[in-house]
Amino acid sequence: MGETPHRSADAGTGGTRVTQSHEWPAGASARVAEAPVSARTPGGNGLGGGGALPRNRKFGAERAFHGLTLAAGAMVLVIIVAIAAFLIAKAIPALRANTANFWTFEGWFPNDNPPTFGIGALAFGTVLSAALALLMAVPVAMGIALYLSHYAPRRLGNSLGFLIDLLAAVPSVVFGLWGRDYLIGPVTDLSGWLNKYFSWIPIFGGEGPYGNSILLGSLVLAIMVLPIITSLTREVFLQTPTANEEAAIALGATRWEMLRTAVLPYGRPGIIAAVMLGLGRALGETIALALTLGSTYAISFNVLESGGNTIAANIANRFAEANDTGRGALIASGLVLFAITLVVNIIARAIIYRRREFTESAA
Amino acid sequence: MKLQRYGTIACLALAATLGLSACGSDNNEPTPGASASGSAAAVDCGTGTVNAQGSSAQKNAMAEWIKAYQQKCQGTTINYEGTGSGAGIQAFIAGTADFAGSDSALKPEEQPQADAKCAGGKALNLPMVIGPVAVVYNAGSGVDNLQFKPATLAMIFAGKVTKWDDAAIKADNPDAKLPSAPIQAVHRSDESGTTDNFTKYLSKTAEADWTFGNAKAWKAPGGVGAAKSDGVASKVKSTVGTISYVEWSYAENSSLNLAKVQNGAGEWAALTAESAGKTIAGAKIEGQGDDLKLSIDYNTKEAGAYPIVLATYEIVCSKGLAADKLKLVKGLLGYAASAEGQTSLTELGYAPLPETVRTKVETAVKNLS
Repeated sequence: MGETPHRSADAGTGGTRVTQSHEWPAGASARVAEAPVSARTPGGNGLGGGGALPRNRKFGAERAFHGLTLAAGAMVLVIIVAIAAFLIAKAIPALRANTANFWTFEGWFPNDNPPTFGIGALAFGTVLSAALALLMAVPVAMGIALYLSHYAPRRLGNSLGFLIDLLAAVPSVVFGLWGRDYLIGPVTDLSGWLNKYFSWIPIFGGEGPYGNSILLGSLVLAIMVLPIITSLTREVFLQTPTANEEAAIALGATRWEMLRTAVLPYGRPGIIAAVMLGLGRALGETIALALTLGSTYAISFNVLESGGNTIAANIANRFAEANDTGRGALIASGLVLFAITLVVNIIARAIIYRRREFTESAA
Repeated sequence: MKLQRYGTIACLALAATLGLSACGSDNNEPTPGASASGSAAAVDCGTGTVNAQGSSAQKNAMAEWIKAYQQKCQGTTINYEGTGSGAGIQAFIAGTADFAGSDSALKPEEQPQADAKCAGGKALNLPMVIGPVAVVYNAGSGVDNLQFKPATLAMIFAGKVTKWDDAAIKADNPDAKLPSAPIQAVHRSDESGTTDNFTKYLSKTAEADWTFGNAKAWKAPGGVGAAKSDGVASKVKSTVGTISYVEWSYAENSSLNLAKVQNGAGEWAALTAESAGKTIAGAKIEGQGDDLKLSIDYNTKEAGAYPIVLATYEIVCSKGLAADKLKLVKGLLGYAASAEGQTSLTELGYAPLPETVRTKVETAVKNLS
């Protein structure tokens, strides 16, 4: 980010015109400059003596690299379209065979004759568990990131940051087993306590035994998305221009006020991007939830009662013994997850886009 | 960024070390089959490669047999993949598996497809492994030796009986001190032959109270699901108030409380290798000739029989296997059906075939050509 002005400054001062390509206005992006190839060769300036050299380069490495990046860019589209086409082609026969309402039926019996399955409870569970996980993870992650970037002594901050990154490398099945075999104990106790004192709030109602609930699943999820959000937001907070921070402090701000007025507004788009990335992981998490959730097919806001299921966990549980219709049904559910993720990403993009101008002025 | 890279490297190193040490400890384990195979019975040694797949319920038994067989017959390759019964039968029909393991005999619609793979013969169902299903519970400390009638089990798993001190459970267990706590019925969240078998048992023995039929997927409402047998065992172990069904070996490994179940003769039967075998001995053979498809009578009147058992089959061609494969398949299955092969399973949590059935299976394997 900080490099761009330097480069343009250099180009401005260097009047020697050895390379023509660098001579183009600093503000124009590379892609724009690339398009009118023929317009470039005349040079437009009187000197133009060394025309041969740059042209040669342009048709060599320059061209090849342009092609490579274009191919890489196109590849993304091809892959996305191919995945969508595959999912739709496999899903349609199963959806046709389904004798229950795909959106509202609570259950998953595609191997039966006639097959009946519905996505409602699964989609609901997916969104609920991911949202709860973010609700728990984001404040903690922000706290860690702020501490590491602005409070902790440098050495401690670095080693703690290393530990957080290590957490991100733990495979999700380990989190799942840990949740299933260890965390379930404390969560059961907590559920009992919450139910005892707060059962008048509907989400804490019901009666035990507790354990494999949405609460347990989203707690495990929260721990899993924590390192992603922490690493990214810490990186963003470290990018805050020192000038802004010093200006805030010079105006008499305390540390907290400085964070609030200089660091947090500057990092907001980065925070949103980090949260969305975490949400992406939470929505798609498979095995940890297959191990910790109670796998029942019912739409319920109760977070303590055993049960809950998500699209990805259901695929992991049911794929092995599924017949043709069963696989098609699971793929159809994958398609719904694909759509949910797409919507989430679009929303994230929209938010970042809207905030962009503000950040650029802050920088 | 740099830190992250170091983190990844450190993790890779850690994972590699753990992986290596895990492998190392595996090799050091004494092999239980080794001592048994010392008293070598005569075994037909084939050569070459046999590929089989199917039921994961018999995977451990198969692994044990393959290990023992390969110790007797060097230079053979036998692969058994626990891909699931359905996948195994599909692979057999497609010709990619030389024999298939299955939790249920071939269905009428599958039989002709499978027969088509056996030039001049037909596909046989040979019962080979008996996996008893245990009813396990955790009702808190001091509550053990519980026993259930099929109707009580059906009501518990259907969600009609919700407290441990319900009248129905009290009637079955007049002497037990039952807590006034809610019951949580645990079922498999993945599809499984064990669920199929257990629900079949409930639907045959408690028709009035179990209206959900039988299927690999759990149909009854409520309860809580756990992934795989291991998940079920762990859930029952960790949570007071739970009851579930799980393969015997998992129940033993987690030292769970096993319930006694009332059989058709009105006796309370505990689960042992012997009592499970009695149910199989009393089963009717439905197949003809060498086809030994069993029809298990869950209401068995056999004295001392434990009724919830799962018979898993090997599906194999009576004729039409290539000569080199035939010898190997006959050798392996012959060993599996031998008295030695069957008794080696007891410590893995399977019950040996009762003698009457075993001899029939052995003859059927000999007749393969």
